[in-house]
Amino acid sequence: MKVIINVSLKDGVLDPEGQAIKFSLNNLGFEHCSDVRTGKQIILNLDQNSETEVLKQAKKMCEELLVNTVIENYEINILKD
Amino acid sequence: MRSGVVIFPGSNCDRDMIVAIRKITGKTPIKIWHKEYDIPNLDLIVIPGGFTFGDYLRCGALAARSPVITSIKNHISRGGTVLGVCNGFQILIEAKILPGSLIRNKKLLFTCRETTLEVQSCIENPFLSGLKIGECLKIPVAHNEGNYFASKDLLKQLKEEGRIALKYIKQKDNEKNYNPNGSTEDIAGILSNNGKVLGMMPHPERAINYLHGGTDGLKFLTNCVEQIIG
Repeated sequence: MKVIINVSLKDGVLDPEGQAIKFSLNNLGFEHCSDVRTGKQIILNLDQNSETEVLKQAKKMCEELLVNTVIENYEINILKD
Repeated sequence: MRSGVVIFPGSNCDRDMIVAIRKITGKTPIKIWHKEYDIPNLDLIVIPGGFTFGDYLRCGALAARSPVITSIKNHISRGGTVLGVCNGFQILIEAKILPGSLIRNKKLLFTCRETTLEVQSCIENPFLSGLKIGECLKIPVAHNEGNYFASKDLLKQLKEEGRIALKYIKQKDNEKNYNPNGSTEDIAGILSNNGKVLGMMPHPERAINYLHGGTDGLKFLTNCVEQIIG
């Protein structure tokens, strides 16, 4: 089963990369772009059929390694064939 | 003094740290490979700077899950002393040995230059206790993710518990870029709640010879050794 994990910075955590992108977008004429936040996507393949088990495993992976929960939020999506 | 320097794939300040400690103690620290579970009783363990595991995922994230971290945690629970420098600080944070987070430098630039640090009033610890509060040390930094971030509650806690050890400080009133990374309240280094673990972004091992441009790093490390051996 394919799992997509989106990791993003929590509100209030400075995102200098997002800020730099925002300024660049504004310079290109996209003046209405008032904020940019960046994040990352992690795609996993789990050899398991139970959706509940996959979700449980993915959550454990996020908490133990994939996400720094001090500054990041995450969202787990299971990709159905 | 028995000391050890931990080496991960991608550590690159291990040798400099070994040279610095040998210069002070006359004894060569042991090298501890990251896969080791058993490490001997040591007076000081240093986690040096570098780019462990290529900084993949987050700086220090993969190193913090290496087998040696369990041994380091045991060493700390026995009251052992640990110094983490730069990537070593990031690893201590990722391993949840020290609180908070080290995020990307505010100006998005890798910063490599000398900084001035001020010794803060903090709990008794083997790193700074021999130095004067307010004393300044010129020690270089070299990092991309050294912007210390802490929630308001954590910051309050760190202050109340006297765990903010080092801060970047201005040399002149009009100096603007004295803080190289935009860290909260100019924090450069913090202590664990028992004072035995220090994480700091600046590299003391890079200021141990006049040819380096200064010897304040030697002063810092010498004091640290003296405090440990008593």
